[in-house]
Parts: sequence; structure tokens; C-alpha cells
Amino acid sequence: MTGRFGFLGRRVLQLIPVVVGITILVFFLLHLVPGDPARQILGQHYTPKAAAEIHHKLGLDQPLWTQYRIFMDRLVHGELGDSVYYNQSAGSLIAERLPATLLLIAYAGVLAALVSIPMGIIAALRRGGIFDQATRIGTLITFAMPPFWFGIILILFFALKLQLFPVSGYGHGFSDHLWHLFLPALTIALAFSTILTRTLRASMLSTMRMDFVDTARIKGISRTTVLMRHVVRNAIVSIVVVFGINLAFLVGSTVIVESVFSIPGLGQLLVAAVESRDYPVVQGTTLVLAFFVVLVNLLTDVVHAALDPRVSYE
Amino acid sequence: MLGTSGTLLESLERRSRTSRIGSGRITLAIGILILGTMIVASLAAPLITSAKPDAIDPLHPLLHPLSPGHLLGTDSFGRDILSRILYGGRIDLLIGFGATSVTAVIGTAIGLASGYFGGWVDSIIMRIVDLFFAFPFFVLVIAIVAMLGPSIFNMFVAIWLTSWISYARITRGHTLVAKRQEYTLAARALGYKNRRVMLRHILPNVVSYVIIFAMVDAVGNIVLGSSLGFLGLGAQPPSPEWGVMISDGQNYLLTAWWLSTFPGIAIILVGVGFSLIGDGLADILRPGD
Repeated sequence: MTGRFGFLGRRVLQLIPVVVGITILVFFLLHLVPGDPARQILGQHYTPKAAAEIHHKLGLDQPLWTQYRIFMDRLVHGELGDSVYYNQSAGSLIAERLPATLLLIAYAGVLAALVSIPMGIIAALRRGGIFDQATRIGTLITFAMPPFWFGIILILFFALKLQLFPVSGYGHGFSDHLWHLFLPALTIALAFSTILTRTLRASMLSTMRMDFVDTARIKGISRTTVLMRHVVRNAIVSIVVVFGINLAFLVGSTVIVESVFSIPGLGQLLVAAVESRDYPVVQGTTLVLAFFVVLVNLLTDVVHAALDPRVSYE
Repeated sequence: MLGTSGTLLESLERRSRTSRIGSGRITLAIGILILGTMIVASLAAPLITSAKPDAIDPLHPLLHPLSPGHLLGTDSFGRDILSRILYGGRIDLLIGFGATSVTAVIGTAIGLASGYFGGWVDSIIMRIVDLFFAFPFFVLVIAIVAMLGPSIFNMFVAIWLTSWISYARITRGHTLVAKRQEYTLAARALGYKNRRVMLRHILPNVVSYVIIFAMVDAVGNIVLGSSLGFLGLGAQPPSPEWGVMISDGQNYLLTAWWLSTFPGIAIILVGVGFSLIGDGLADILRPGD
């Protein structure tokens, strides 16, 4: 057990440079802006006075090191600066939009698991069979499919032609959210299940070749029991790991799918902020999404360590 | 007995390797056929259709596919969809090749040096790689484009800045393995310079992994490029870039499904072509894996 806690302790310590690195990277994003950010923000409304105000607001009138210190000082207090477009702090804008994004990510994750766990298992058990071949071709196509395009096709069939689901929006109340988010979640889930199905299939196949599977069979345990108790259990562990590794991909798909379905989440906020050159909101959203990925990755490691005792020795 | 079973196993193994190489050749051929057709079609666009991709025809908007003179129909401005897809292919294929090749070369060079020399340079580079891996890649690309200003060139810059890390990681990992192999030790014992050992002895053994990954990465970059075009952050209208076309068609979904559908199919075809080439190469170059 100490080994396992030691592993987690080390894992948390490893996070510190990553978290600090994220803040540095996000801080320097603003300095990628060619020329004067105030000129970009103000456009035609540029006056030296307004520019000076924006410089002060963004902290650009300070030396670089002081700017970063102020940035960090604000961050520790949960402040992400003020939006230059909305009359609101970036933090409160993000807090308003976060629930929709989190729900969409979780929803998509659950749908992807529901689709890919049975598909991956059947494809591995009937290796080389019709189902396996069909899955292979299916994943080949879905991998190359842009999620925003698939979302549009779903809207065309299920929302406009069959009128089963709403075209866009988020709805009010939990069950209404689930109904509104079904097509967007399905869009993301399809892209994600490509990766999950492939990994699960490969993991099942390699587990089935292990000695302990033969041993269990020789001991007279039925094929089904061996599969359920040994092979599938091991494969599920690999799903948890894949989830962690590909979470960043999941978050990325969410950003674009939110725009397709007009869901008031972080992705839509980010895209709108790009268009209105709302740099503090771009920085804040990027930061929050990066922290989210780091946090969930830590969580998947904890779950992985709990499911697989070998982790502690690595 | 042992001897026979050993050779039997070996011959079975060899047969499975041979069959993997065989099926890999077929996969590769299909992939090259699909991608090659798309490349030739977009380069030879003026020979295939006389319609200009940006020629507006207010008298014939939203013509159905299979209309005379417009095989895939026209959009809301009366522009020929087939022509736009063929010319747009030049942009999307350029994204696929241009974004991927640059990052592959930079990333491989960094990974090779990092893995070969080790030490503090390696530590720093690997911390940077970890950092970039923590970011949702797409979000980071959008954030960089946001700061530089939305345009197709800035999209390339954003991808170049972020995508090399995968190559660095892959190359470094395999370099660490190759560094300990006897052929590398022999080359170093012979007194060859570091550069020669890296380029002539390690790189050839690592490069197959890079090429196979590059095919997957190209699919990702084309999807990414079209996504940015769709969001208005990459190629800008009236460019016939496929993502921009899909975005244009979104407003006419109910009345004119073909506006968004066909460019999407074009993206999938190119993506499937790249993926099949990658799968085929993996079977041929690494049949034992």
C-alpha cells in the first residue's frame, strides 16, 4: 500500500512543473500578439487614452516579470482578469459556461464507452470475422471524419428531417439538457469511440495471449468466465488509461462541436473571444481547460492504480 | 521433438509475417490509389471542370447535384460545388502535407538529439513535451491563432509550434533503444562522429515509426485545418477550403444538403487514403510489432 501512495505522491509532485509551465505558456500567449494588443482590441476606436487604459488593464505597462507576478497573484486568488468585450470578469464568464462543457464531456464519454466497449470486445472475440472487418472499416472512416461535419449530418437527419432532437441550444433543467446535448454528445462520442474501440480490441487480443488465461482454462474454468473475469477486466483497465491519455482530444472536440450546436459552453466562449480579440478570456479559457485535463489525468492515474496493483511498482 | 516444434513455430511465425506484409501491400496500394486520385484531381482541376471555383452565377443558385453542367450542384451564389471541391483540395492537401512535413522534420531532429545526447538538454526538452501534452492540443492551436490573428498562415504557425512534440517523443523513445544496440555501439567504437552515428545508424532505424505516425498526423492536421476554416479561424471565405465550404452550407441544410455533405466526403476520402497508407506501411515496415 505504501508503494501505491508513494506512486500517487510522486505523481502529484510531477504535476507542479507542469502546472507552473501551463501558467507561463498561457501568460506568454498574450505576447504573441503582433504589435500592440490595445491597437488590435480597439481597431477603429483607437485613441492613445483608450490604449493606455487597456495597457493598464492588461498589465502591459509593467515590466515582464512584474506582469507575470501580477498574473500569478491574481490566479492564486481565482481571478483571470477582466473581459475587454463583456463588462464582466473572465472568471465569472468561464464559471457560467463551465457546467455545459463539463456535462457535454461526461455525456460524450459515457456514450463513447457504451458504444466502444461491446464493439471492441466482439471485434476481438471474433477476430478476422465480418464484425471485426466492419469495425475496422468503420473506425477508419470515423477517424478521418471531421466532428463538425458529422454534427451537421446528424442535425440534418435527426433534427431537421426526423425532428427527434433540437437543432441547437442547451435547454433548461437536467433532463432537458440531456435531450438537447444528445446529438452533440453523440458527435463527440463517435470520434472518441474510434480510439476506444481500437485500443480495447488490441488490449483484449494481447490479454488473451497471456499465460494466465491458458492457466485458468486448463484449471477447467469455462471460456465465458475466463473472458469476463480475466480478459475483460484487464481490458477495462486499459480503457481507463486511454480515457486519460485522450481526454485532451475529447476536450478539443467539445470546443468545435459546441460551436456547431450553439451550446453556451467554454468552446463557444473561446471561439467568440477569438473573434472579438478578447485576450483575457482566451487566456482564461485555455488555462481552465488545461488545468481540467491535468486534473482528470491525475484522477485516471488514481483509478488506474486502484484497479491495477502493478502500477505501484512502476 | 523440441527441434521440430521449434521450427514449426518459426515457420508459422514467418508465414504470419509474410501474410502481414502481403495484406499490407494491398492496403498501401488502395491508400495510394485513393490519395493519389484526390491529389491528381485537385492539381488537374482546370482539365476536369471549366467552371471557376469563385465564379458567381446569380441566376443558378442552389442547383441540385446532377444538374446539367454542375455534377455536384451549385451553392447559394451559384458557384459550382465540384469545381470548389477540386480547387479547395489544393488548400486542404497543402495543410496535410505542409503542416505535417515541417513538424515531422523538426520533431524528429529534436527527439533524435534529445535521446542521443541525454543529459540536461534531454530533461528540459522532455519537460516541454510533457507540458504541451497536458494541453488540449486543439485549444492551444486556437489560442495561438487567436493571438496571431485568424489566417491560414497563422494556422500553419500554430500547428508548427505545437505538433513537433509527438514526433520528438516517438523519436526520442526509439533513439534510446537504438542507442544501446550493437550496431550503434560498433559505429561509436569505430570512432565515427556523433552526427554520422545519428544520421547514418540511428535515424534509419527510427524513421519508419516517424513515417507511420506522420500518416495518422496528416489526417489529424487536415481535420484540424478544416475545423479552423469552419470556425472562421483558418482559411477565410470566399476560399473554397473544405471546412469553409461546410460552414457556408450549414445555413442551407434543409434546402440544400449537398453544400455541406460533399466537402465532408472529400475530407473523409483524403483521410482514409492517408490512414490506409499508414496501416499498409506499418504492416510492411514493422510486420513483427
